[in-house]
Amino acid sequence: MTLSLDDVKRVANLARIEISEDEAQQVLMQLSGIFDLIEQMQAIETSNIEPMSHAQDMIQRLREDVVTESDQHMLFQAIAPQVEAGLYLVPKVIE
Amino acid sequence: MQWEIVIGLEIHAQLSTQSKIFSGASTAYGAQPNTQACAVDIALPGVLPVLNYGAVERAIKFGLAIGAKINSPSIFARKNYFYPDLPKGYQISQFELPIVQGGSVKIQVGDSEKIVRLTRAHLEEDAGKSLHEEFHGMSGIDLNRAGTPLLEIVSEPDMRSSAEAVAYAKALHTLVRWTGICDGNMQEGSFRCDANVSVRPRGTETFGTRCEIKNLNSFRFLEKAIDFEARRQIEILEDGGSITQETRLYDASRDETRTMRSKEEAHDYRYFPDPDLLPLEISREWIEQVRAMLPELPEARRHRYIQDFGLTVYDASVLTAAREIADYFENTVKQLPTQAKLCANWIMGEVSGRLNKENIEITQCPVGPKQLAELLMRVSDGTISGKSAKDVFDSMWQGEHSGNADAIIAAKGLKQISDDGEIEKLIDQVLAAHPQQVADYHGGKEKAFNSLVGQVMKATKGKANPGQVNMILKKKLLE
Repeated sequence: MTLSLDDVKRVANLARIEISEDEAQQVLMQLSGIFDLIEQMQAIETSNIEPMSHAQDMIQRLREDVVTESDQHMLFQAIAPQVEAGLYLVPKVIE
Repeated sequence: MQWEIVIGLEIHAQLSTQSKIFSGASTAYGAQPNTQACAVDIALPGVLPVLNYGAVERAIKFGLAIGAKINSPSIFARKNYFYPDLPKGYQISQFELPIVQGGSVKIQVGDSEKIVRLTRAHLEEDAGKSLHEEFHGMSGIDLNRAGTPLLEIVSEPDMRSSAEAVAYAKALHTLVRWTGICDGNMQEGSFRCDANVSVRPRGTETFGTRCEIKNLNSFRFLEKAIDFEARRQIEILEDGGSITQETRLYDASRDETRTMRSKEEAHDYRYFPDPDLLPLEISREWIEQVRAMLPELPEARRHRYIQDFGLTVYDASVLTAAREIADYFENTVKQLPTQAKLCANWIMGEVSGRLNKENIEITQCPVGPKQLAELLMRVSDGTISGKSAKDVFDSMWQGEHSGNADAIIAAKGLKQISDDGEIEKLIDQVLAAHPQQVADYHGGKEKAFNSLVGQVMKATKGKANPGQVNMILKKKLLE
């Protein structure tokens, strides 16, 4: 699979990362290198191998359904840029 | 051309846990903004999610209730998008290997039954809330809801009318409340529907292009939105146009759907397994434990009511719309096993009517099932008439005589006169006092008979059994 410059720009946009034309070229080279590696790995026979969803071979521990957190919004909001009536204020967004 | 509507639903049911799906913050509704959003919910750096046992258990319960497969392992994935009420920049959801796969729900539309298949149901976290009014041109963000556990239930495109879609949504609504996994409160957003709607010429196999309608927070809106959307699509196609795949919003005030975002603007969520969460394994033993906790389900009860009590499909459906109603019915019938139909009529009529009027739940009904049975016993053994029973019920509701039916009947003197001798005596008096009507009757005027019945009933203050009066009066007039 070859990556195009447009792919790079699209991914950057989706990830909300601003990149210049030069940076996009550079990233294209780097990402293409990674894709080459992936392509080499594709050659390996994997049909008998169970897909891995996590790097560690462990299972998820669960917590009991009880409320353990208390209200700390004053503390959290001390570092927020703008707060009013207990709400975090952000630039207006309407879809 | 004949068109066929094809509908699939996605329903988000908020799970009735105490705490959030990945944190120990409370999920209680209506708290002051951000007082129930902890460090995990607001995504402070370095925090890690820890999965809630109660959320998983409720998902398993649902899966078993619809006869689905419970996947083990099941995987959590990140769904990436940017919005201020989603502080992490991704929602933890499931993509491959959802916890619940397959299953089906039986629905009833008119006289016909239909099976709606489910694709899957997966666990995910809810986002926060954005408030767009009155903040000097800014939006206010409340993250209390962020991290609330949701079960997203996805159906196959098996429904063919808005009525079927509503029947399916109602069946699920009953089921999640019945099993206690969700409170089903639609006003508070605990149960939300999105509908995928497309149309195709009747008889064709391939699906038309679909539109997804969001924001359907009542069964009535679900029905109206689907009807509007299907009409819109048919009109476009009949004018030679084509449907654009898009997400649409239902505007209840105008009863129409309108574009929210088109496919080009559609999100590319770039799902991938969440490295913060290990695969979830659900043991056989756990599944069996949950299965043992399941109550008898609505469908099984419906079947039993029809088989054992001889109720109609309609009556059985109404009585199993909620577990509390079904329990009330069964506790009434337990006292009066031969009178199931009478019990059903009273619960669906007098009891529900009064509950609606006073806007209270059946669990708060001042007349309990045992009391109701005591009243109905007096109807079925002929002590009081059905009409007087309504008066007695009213007094019981008010708590008169501690709500004891027999005490109220005695105090009000409502006992029917069923002694033949007593009725005969009254009839003799009435006949003697109204020779003209008697003569009219013998002269062939049928109306005179009714007038005489009326006189007798009046003489008994309505306490005689009208059937009995008719019979005796006829006999007397022939003498």
